[in-house]
Amino acid sequence: MTSAGEGRRGVTVALLSTVVFFTLLAVAITHAPGWPEVKRTFFNWSQFRDSMPEISRAFLLNVKIFMIAEAFILVLALVLAVVRSLPGPVFFPMRALGIAYADFFRGVPTILVIALLGFGAPALQLSWVPLSTTFWGIVALILVYTAYVSEVYRAGIESVHPSQDAAARSLGLTHWQSLRKVVLPQAVRRVIPPLLNDFIGLQKDTALVGFLGSVEAFKQSQIDAAATFNYTPFVAAAVLFVALTIPLARFTDWLVLRDRRRRQATGT
Amino acid sequence: MSEALVVDGLHKSFGRLEVLRGVDLAVAEHEVVCLIGASGSGKSTLLRCVNLLEPIDQGRILVEGEEITRRGVNVNRVRRRIGIVFQAYNLFPHMSVLANVTLAPMLALRMPRAQAEAEATALLSRFGLADKRNDYPDRLSGGQQQRVAIVRALAMKPDLMLLDEVTSALDPELVAEVLEVIRELAAAGMTMLIATHEMSFARDIADRVCFLDEGVILEQGPPVQILSEPKEPRTQQFLQRIIEAGRL
Repeated sequence: MTSAGEGRRGVTVALLSTVVFFTLLAVAITHAPGWPEVKRTFFNWSQFRDSMPEISRAFLLNVKIFMIAEAFILVLALVLAVVRSLPGPVFFPMRALGIAYADFFRGVPTILVIALLGFGAPALQLSWVPLSTTFWGIVALILVYTAYVSEVYRAGIESVHPSQDAAARSLGLTHWQSLRKVVLPQAVRRVIPPLLNDFIGLQKDTALVGFLGSVEAFKQSQIDAAATFNYTPFVAAAVLFVALTIPLARFTDWLVLRDRRRRQATGT
Repeated sequence: MSEALVVDGLHKSFGRLEVLRGVDLAVAEHEVVCLIGASGSGKSTLLRCVNLLEPIDQGRILVEGEEITRRGVNVNRVRRRIGIVFQAYNLFPHMSVLANVTLAPMLALRMPRAQAEAEATALLSRFGLADKRNDYPDRLSGGQQQRVAIVRALAMKPDLMLLDEVTSALDPELVAEVLEVIRELAAAGMTMLIATHEMSFARDIADRVCFLDEGVILEQGPPVQILSEPKEPRTQQFLQRIIEAGRL
């Protein structure tokens, strides 16, 4: 058999086993004693249709929170990672501060940081402190995720072999030039998949800002669910979150693949 | 002849391991000096110290009469004058060949891109690499990568080149093309300090061979004398082992 034939056969087998697996699963679920009740409260199509427009509008706030937070996180986390990689005893206080920051914000539950900032900061009643809950929710997410993402960057920086820096320094480049042109570009490429992982985490955690009262997708679905005694709006919100994260995952796969292809390609 | 490089009483330890125990060495301008010696004798460490990649414990190093190991010296400025090529090439894998070669001239010498690229292309052509200028290092053979690494160091127009066992990581059939490049550099008058295991190459190319043993230069002289009639018993032993391994 040719390898193309084998490939086609593989696809057929995969398709068949998938269909069988999910059919069995569907049968098992729909024959459960509580299924009619679950179907009515969670998978009510007319409820889904009715709540979707409002939840979609609210979801735009999740997207906005995500985009703003992500822009800050990408930059601040890189700064934090670079600070922690500074060599020599002179920079010890900065390194120590970086470690303390990362330890603290990775240690405290995100919802607590959001609650403390969102309820605490406006309570100061300082005229220059914004009162918007969404603002403080974003700040909290930035603080927490910067700690996580800086660890990802740092792992990337440490994965670049010291001989790369030695080669750059031996050519007369400064520590900063070597970092910027030689070490960081390689480090960042290597950590794109784990970075995306944290993006997806952030995207989901935007729902936590609803805790402060900002009407984002989760808060909106809560409101809808409370008004109708039906949980279908939660499913609608879940569908929206998944619809956003899956394309992001595929996009990252494509980025990684493109980088690999380019490196192996012959120049023209 | 003026001295391009003077190493004076150089000591270097890694923790409690004393790698260099008082190395004295002078390399004249346009001279090619080969360092031979067993693994762990301190050849690589000596080269790395000369390029200030390792801080030294004691002694002095002078390049063109200027003491580069003195406090407060600008290490980046010093390194621009000294090219080093490593055993493992250490090309930048995320950059094309041309970008590898032009990076340092553009950043460290502030050379305009057009000029840097023109000079890099000329150098690449000189060593038969012109058609590889847009390739990424992953696509090149070990021999080609090492030649690019040499070109990258040459692009800084160094006064002195340090070669650290540049053929040791290569498949045997790729060694010749790299040695050919070094031969051409020697013919062009480049001052070089070369750590090598290639004894026949050392005999061909070197003006002087230094035998490094346990952190000191035990014996030095013209290649014919050191490689054929060494005086020191340790040198004789070392060469005997090389001959038995079929490398001379």
